[in-house]
Amino acid sequence: MTIHFVLCVNKQGQTRLAQYTTWMPVPERAALEGEVVRKCLQRRDNECSFVEHLTYKLVYRRYASLFFIVGVDNDENELAILEFIHAIVETFDKYFDNVCELDLMFNLEKAQFILEEMVANGCILETNKANILAPIELMDKIKK
Amino acid sequence: MSLKLRDLIRNVRACKTAADERAVISRECAAIRTALKEGAGPVRARNVAKMMYMHMLGYPTQFGQMECVTLITSDKYAEKRVGYLGLMVLLDERQEVLTLIENHLKKDLHDSNQYIQSLALTTIANISSDDMSHGVSADVLALLNSSNPYIKKKAALCALRVVRKLKAPDVIDMYLDALSESLLNERNHGVLITTVALVMEALQLKDGEKFLPQYRRLIPTAVRMLKNLVMSSYALEHDVNGVADPFLQVRLLQLLRVLGQGDPRSCDQMNDTLAQVATNTESTKNCGNAILYECVTTIIALDADPGLRVLAVNILGRFLVNRDNNIRYVALNTLTKVVGRDLQAVQRHKNTIVDCLKDVDVSIRRRALELIYTLVNSSNIRLLVPDLITYLGYASTDFKEDLATKICAVVERFAPNRQWHVDTLIRVLTLAGAYVPEAIGNRLLALITQSEPALQCYCVKVLWGVLAKSAPVAAAGTTTLEGSEEEAARYCRKETLLMVTLWVLGEYCDMLCDDAARGPSSVEETAQQPDWQQYKPLPIQVANLLSALLSSLYLTSTVARQHALTALLKLAG
Repeated sequence: MTIHFVLCVNKQGQTRLAQYTTWMPVPERAALEGEVVRKCLQRRDNECSFVEHLTYKLVYRRYASLFFIVGVDNDENELAILEFIHAIVETFDKYFDNVCELDLMFNLEKAQFILEEMVANGCILETNKANILAPIELMDKIKK
Repeated sequence: MSLKLRDLIRNVRACKTAADERAVISRECAAIRTALKEGAGPVRARNVAKMMYMHMLGYPTQFGQMECVTLITSDKYAEKRVGYLGLMVLLDERQEVLTLIENHLKKDLHDSNQYIQSLALTTIANISSDDMSHGVSADVLALLNSSNPYIKKKAALCALRVVRKLKAPDVIDMYLDALSESLLNERNHGVLITTVALVMEALQLKDGEKFLPQYRRLIPTAVRMLKNLVMSSYALEHDVNGVADPFLQVRLLQLLRVLGQGDPRSCDQMNDTLAQVATNTESTKNCGNAILYECVTTIIALDADPGLRVLAVNILGRFLVNRDNNIRYVALNTLTKVVGRDLQAVQRHKNTIVDCLKDVDVSIRRRALELIYTLVNSSNIRLLVPDLITYLGYASTDFKEDLATKICAVVERFAPNRQWHVDTLIRVLTLAGAYVPEAIGNRLLALITQSEPALQCYCVKVLWGVLAKSAPVAAAGTTTLEGSEEEAARYCRKETLLMVTLWVLGEYCDMLCDDAARGPSSVEETAQQPDWQQYKPLPIQVANLLSALLSSLYLTSTVARQHALTALLKLAG
């Protein structure tokens, strides 16, 4: 019933965004990301979005040059996670106005804040875009 | 002058090689370390942001942990935010640094500003350790009862973490008690999703079970809420592609599953709504399918009305022929759970499932294999196993061992007679010999020794046939292993097949060469190897082949050599 990690990786295999529920040491993390990305990059467009890897099931979707990959338990509802990935992308889109890879790269902390509002401790927290973005936009206003 | 995060990212992007990137990063690390020692004030947040970026790239950043702790104590919200984010990214529950921040967390939990409270709550939810959970459980309970939905939903996930970590009865009692009346009176969907998740997890623990009757009283409310979501036709704020909050619907269905399991009376209350969800949800969009999938899983998990079960299996049948691979994967996965309860219903879809074995997608193939393995029984084994064996021929290598072992296990359990059993094992060995574990080879040998002489004769002739085909010239009587070199090499790599053949040749060579030996009389049984009767080599040919194998370069394993020598010995005697 848990989301173990949320990754956003580009086609060259570079991680653009990473959020993990359970901590793992850095070399293990790098190895995991490499494996996961390799598996997802090998898939063709007409194959299904779910891949089994070790104890996780990976649910992934490609948006332009970025792969959004979520690692979940084996008994999680895969289609719902697919919807969740889409909700994440739509939220980024609303905040960054037509989000692209560069937006995520240069605004890493903002992207992390948004993701934090949506998933915590491996559970889905909020999916309504207005509710998620309200505190972020408030913080932006204060900063100015 | 310290770099801004943007500039650091730009520099790293401009690097052409990995060595360049490492140089840039180590320069920046050195600059940050100096800044930390000097205690720079305003650029602290920037430094922590840079450290998080470097951490994501895979570089060690332990020196930055204390910076995060200092940032948390700052008055400015922006700095606090970055401090907490840094904590969550760079630290984990095992670090001792965490104990330092526990007091700060508690102070922030009681702050008047909801955003500061939420920072503390998110941190606790993500990295709280056992000790910290103990310390904050009471505070989290207070916030769980707050009226602010923004705080409440985060408090619910904190409570979930506390429950998962501590699993103590008093903690579970505390949280379940607080929520038992008010769980479904919320209107805010975010709060609903999280509190239901908390309740589900707590109810499934051993100590939470006593709360099940209390929560079962909420089933009518849950059912009504689900009905409202399904029937609402106007766009709400939680609408996704025309379906009202699919995430909440999925959560409610999961809750119904937890509450209804093992209780027939509760199941009755849910039947109508489950049927309604199953029939009214649009299956053209992915979110609709997600809800249908959850609904089907719930129906199967509860021992529901048979009519409902038929409905569920029909939905799965529709999923199976859908063009979208995701849906087919999900259907195959769920059918594995249905097989335990209702084998007949799944048998109807056998052909579609076998077709899935040949799909290009490896995930689907794997699921189909699992499903077929559970489907096989004594009546359909003869039909299904040939398909499995054909598939073995072109499966990918990492799959072959798994598949071969499964086929042998299944054949072991349901083989109609020994003849067929031995035949199938030989075919598996021929097709995937390199990947079959030795235990199976030994099992085959055990079977052969225990069989009647007719069957032994058949076996030895068939195995000789396979060997002869791979090394045809050698079989004709020359002393070297000529002919197709790669054929011979490939044959020798099939370790298990080689062992079995060598042993059998040694034992039953007389039957092999004897004209009078009779095989099994039934013609239908031997359809798999139609030309076995023609093999009648002379003893000298067998001996020649064995000695050729021994001297060949391809026979690398010492065990194989031992077997070949033993066989020659038996031949001589």
